[in-house]
Amino acid sequence: MQLLLQQVIAGLANGAIYALMALAVVMIFLAIDHLNFAQGEMATFSAFVAWQLIAWGTPYWVAFIAVVILSFIGGVAIERIMFKPLHNASILSQLVAFIALFSILNSGDGYLWDYTIKTFPTPFGTSPFFGSVLIGSHQAGMIAVTAVLLVFLYLFFRGTRLGLAMRAAAHNPESARLVGIRVGWMTALGWGIAAAIGAIAGMLIAPIVFLDPNMMFGVLLYGFAGAVLGGLTSPGGAVLGGFAVGVIENIAGTFIPYFGRDLKLTIALLVIVAVLMVRPTGLFGRTAVSRV
Amino acid sequence: MTAPREDIALVAAAGRASSEQRAAWLSTRHLVLAGAIAVAAVLPLVLQGFVVFQLTQVMIYGLAILGLNLLTGFNGQFSVGHGAFYGLGAYVTAILMQHYSIAYYWTLPAAGGICFIVGFLFGLPALRLQGLYLALVTFAAAVALPQLLKFHGLENWTGGVQGIVVDQPEPPAFLPIGTDQWLYYFTLAVVLIMFAAANSLVKSRTGRAIMAIRDHPIAATAMGINQPLYKTLTFGVSALYTGVAGALGALAVQFVAPDSFSLFLSIYFLVGLILGGIGSLPGCLFGGLFVLYVPNIAAEVSRGLAGAIYGVIMLLVIFVMPSGAAGFTRLAVAQLSRLRNRDLRR
Repeated sequence: MQLLLQQVIAGLANGAIYALMALAVVMIFLAIDHLNFAQGEMATFSAFVAWQLIAWGTPYWVAFIAVVILSFIGGVAIERIMFKPLHNASILSQLVAFIALFSILNSGDGYLWDYTIKTFPTPFGTSPFFGSVLIGSHQAGMIAVTAVLLVFLYLFFRGTRLGLAMRAAAHNPESARLVGIRVGWMTALGWGIAAAIGAIAGMLIAPIVFLDPNMMFGVLLYGFAGAVLGGLTSPGGAVLGGFAVGVIENIAGTFIPYFGRDLKLTIALLVIVAVLMVRPTGLFGRTAVSRV
Repeated sequence: MTAPREDIALVAAAGRASSEQRAAWLSTRHLVLAGAIAVAAVLPLVLQGFVVFQLTQVMIYGLAILGLNLLTGFNGQFSVGHGAFYGLGAYVTAILMQHYSIAYYWTLPAAGGICFIVGFLFGLPALRLQGLYLALVTFAAAVALPQLLKFHGLENWTGGVQGIVVDQPEPPAFLPIGTDQWLYYFTLAVVLIMFAAANSLVKSRTGRAIMAIRDHPIAATAMGINQPLYKTLTFGVSALYTGVAGALGALAVQFVAPDSFSLFLSIYFLVGLILGGIGSLPGCLFGGLFVLYVPNIAAEVSRGLAGAIYGVIMLLVIFVMPSGAAGFTRLAVAQLSRLRNRDLRR
């Protein structure tokens, strides 16, 4: 029982990383109706910029805020330059653009900052959290930031005109345009917000997994899995999904004898597939009903 | 310069052609095809060994992309995990050859058959899922396969992280050609047969049913098409194609290892499919060319920024040809014929 509890807590600590990434994934899905395969690389790039600013002597929080703002601008710019010309192309063509963006950013990171692993500072300290050896104060801080972000986004999307306009633009572009919403700019704004959340995720994940150009790839896999498990249309579901993936992975690794440890990622994915069999749109996703 | 333009015009006219013109168009098309095959047959005799090997790889990737095309392009089911079927086919061939000493040509049907069964079974859960959710499940397969292959419980079969070395197929004694050339001709024969089969499938009643499901699932069901059956069968056939390509790949590279079949392989197939042209059979070969050559070209331009240059090339191609090489060719042909018609009217 003690072991189970410990593993669940350790799983939650890992899950906090996945949850943050899943949240970023869902955000961009709500804004543009696609999954962004380059999300992880955008986050890594932001984290590198923050690292560079801190290395030049900028105080942590100044760098943090500057990078969030820069990432927002960068996200809008990427949409305007790369994706606006493709907005009539098929989903698959846009997918190629995502993969291209992934490749460009990944290779660019390596070129600018090389592939050596770098440590990244944490604002929350590394002491054990309330005497627990399983969850550090940084992980606890991450969970808190995730919760704050979630509340903030909920209020933004449910409570403001701009949030409503963005949801309308993603959900039904034609009708949204007819009621006077500038759909193109809403999409760009969605990219900006997603890039900013990605930047926060990148800067908070970097102290744990260490900073290098490929740091986000594994995290993004889990983030996608968490987002799909929770349901792509539900930010809260995505966060829960991310935590669930972390816990499932840890428990499978500990309690399934013989092949549990080697195949824990496979087992986590199998669990998700099983959940999708029962609920094809994720645990908290809306079932789309269309008129024939 | 006039001759090729006439050909192109004939092809374009076929859309609204009378039966007479249609016959002419068919013969032109057959001529082009025969010419292409003749060129393909002569190439290994005039080119160097390494280039022949690369062209073999292009055909193999083209075949793998054809498998993905049948599923995604013709049936509308997404897969981000076809690298897994490619890897499965490759391992079936390697294990049969090295552990059971079965001749290499017999391993192809075995690889295809096993991939068909696995693909068919994979298609069953896929029935409940759509779009991105289906993509995640196939993606799970792509991520899980390298882990399974490395798993120590299966090491006796798979060779674990080390992989398996595969013997090179020897040319028959009566042919005066090298092993690279023999492999090229062997691959060419298999690829031709499989493309011809795919062509027949797509043009048949079954093929129309498969495409109807892509275009309008509800209308297709209303017309009496058994959706679950066709979707799972398409999944199986698609896996079969990619599995046979994997088996050929194992013979060509003479080595299989878990990390050759990572998620990136699946992503390359997808990129090749999209840039070649969704729902186009010749486009698959263009996709194969892209998958094999463009990363090399990018690495030659700049080693440090190879990935970035690869990305930029991908972007350029998709900006210039949003519907792939096949769509671009169609568009170009239509434009040319419009110009020609204007000239004639004058």
